[in-house]
Amino acid sequence: MSFYRSLSIRHKQIVWAWTFLTVPVLFYVVIRFYPTGNAILISFQDWNLLGERNWAGLDNYIKLWNDPVFWKVFANTFEYLIIGTPFSLVLSFIIAYHLDKTRFLHSTLRMLYFLPFMTSAVAMAWVWRWFYQGVPIGLFNNILASVGISQIDFLNSTTIALPSVLAPAIWAGLGFQVIIFMAGLRAIPTSYYEAAKIDGVGWWTVLTQITLPLLRPTMVFIVVFSSIGFLRIFDHVYNMTTNNPGGPLNSTKPLVLMIYDTAFNGFNMGYAAAQTVVLFLILLVISLAQLRLLRSD
Amino acid sequence: MTVLDIHPTTSAVLADPPVRRQRNMGQFLRWLLLFAGGIAMVMPIVYMISTSLKWPHEVYNINLVPDEPTLENYLYVLEDGRFYGWFWNSLLIATLTTVSNLFFDSLVGYTLCKFRFPGRQLVFIAILSTLMIPTEMLVIPWYLMSQSFGWLDSYWGIMFPGMMTAFGTFLMKQFFESVPDDFIEAARIDGLNEFQIWWTVAMPLVKPALAALAIFVFLGNWTAFLWPLVVTNSVEMYTIPVGLSGFGDEVDVAWELIMTGAAISTIPTLVVFLIFQRFIIRGVVMAGLKG
Repeated sequence: MSFYRSLSIRHKQIVWAWTFLTVPVLFYVVIRFYPTGNAILISFQDWNLLGERNWAGLDNYIKLWNDPVFWKVFANTFEYLIIGTPFSLVLSFIIAYHLDKTRFLHSTLRMLYFLPFMTSAVAMAWVWRWFYQGVPIGLFNNILASVGISQIDFLNSTTIALPSVLAPAIWAGLGFQVIIFMAGLRAIPTSYYEAAKIDGVGWWTVLTQITLPLLRPTMVFIVVFSSIGFLRIFDHVYNMTTNNPGGPLNSTKPLVLMIYDTAFNGFNMGYAAAQTVVLFLILLVISLAQLRLLRSD
Repeated sequence: MTVLDIHPTTSAVLADPPVRRQRNMGQFLRWLLLFAGGIAMVMPIVYMISTSLKWPHEVYNINLVPDEPTLENYLYVLEDGRFYGWFWNSLLIATLTTVSNLFFDSLVGYTLCKFRFPGRQLVFIAILSTLMIPTEMLVIPWYLMSQSFGWLDSYWGIMFPGMMTAFGTFLMKQFFESVPDDFIEAARIDGLNEFQIWWTVAMPLVKPALAALAIFVFLGNWTAFLWPLVVTNSVEMYTIPVGLSGFGDEVDVAWELIMTGAAISTIPTLVVFLIFQRFIIRGVVMAGLKG
């Protein structure tokens, strides 16, 4: 204690800071950094969890490159992103734009749009799965049947299954994006709009010349946030296709589901680790692109 | 009268009523469409609850209000006993993880914000860089780690990866910026030690941020699926999402039972949201924009 007393204020601060940080730094090293390195290491090994760990060099990556399932999965993953991101961006902007101009029961409307964000993906995947069933079970097909349109086999068609699985993911995230957009709209100084009003500018010009350009940081945030979400889609796919995960014929299988399958059903740890490294690299590129976009402002 | 004809602004006023009527019509239409959209948004939730209150023979009927509402499904699902366990597991895990995040994320955020010490920048960048690492990449090493330490199929095994988050640390650091250094200096002169200053002076000033963080962490852990699915083996250790997923497969086409299970896992967060609505939305915006 007398040693502590003899320290200057500056040195006492250093002692306190590192006292506070000891446990957290240990946590980040052991639970974040070490496993990251470990995943990369395992990706260069051949290991089925029970047997020996052998060096495999680039074998896992070469295998991945030559695996038609991987390319199918890779394409699916980007399909989730390419449909999901623009769809939810445009939809949430339209809702936020109009909601922002509405006063009557404003917070009730906002609540309705936000509510799905508070649900659990697993629970809602099952609800939507039920919606998609054929007549006489599923809601959507019952509605189609009642207006005389032929049934759609939502979850068993290789073309429609992916958007069907994606729909609840877009639905659940929409409320969050609306709220973020509304905060962005509120942050635009009213003086811009007043000046436009005095100049007698039409609403379309106001929207394209003032609102959208000033919302750019908000849009970049939403695009990156939702892109990362869609690239990591798993809960919805797994639960809507439990009888044949990622099916039919791998048409809905995203990268994370392939990782899960390879590691915990096939116990091919090296191969699965190589897939996680690919996922990491994709997300890294997206994040760096975001930094780029933000910096050019 | 002639004045009215010449003066441009007054003629505009005269032209006003029909224009305003048109504008009101537009406003009304806008509201109606937004309302219809909002109702469509909550439909899946409403249908889930409605179906959970139906008898099996009525499930295939698409009417929203059950003819003879019943709690039979809830009794059946709860009698089974497993849902009690899963509910309790999820509640315990989400609560403990939230407490841990509130404590550690704010302690680290505070230290990085208010202390000057060698290594500060390095620690900050190191923690921030973990935001780039996807959970999915760590699942395999965490599994192996749990296996060698005997953490598989235990509460600690489910919880340990989420005890601190870079997102929370960054969020709290941002908010501690708004705490004036003078307050801290004054407390130091009053003879409080650094831990007391953080706990009794700084923490009460960032309560809104703590609440926002608590919402995010709790919701995230309540709904977490992939890691709990990987780390648990025995039915008793499942969390609600993992249990529900298996339950759905098991009862197969008994949709009223699946909807009941889904409702049990969703209703708690919905109720919390409806009570603290305004507050939660503000917190989400804060966390989303600052974090």
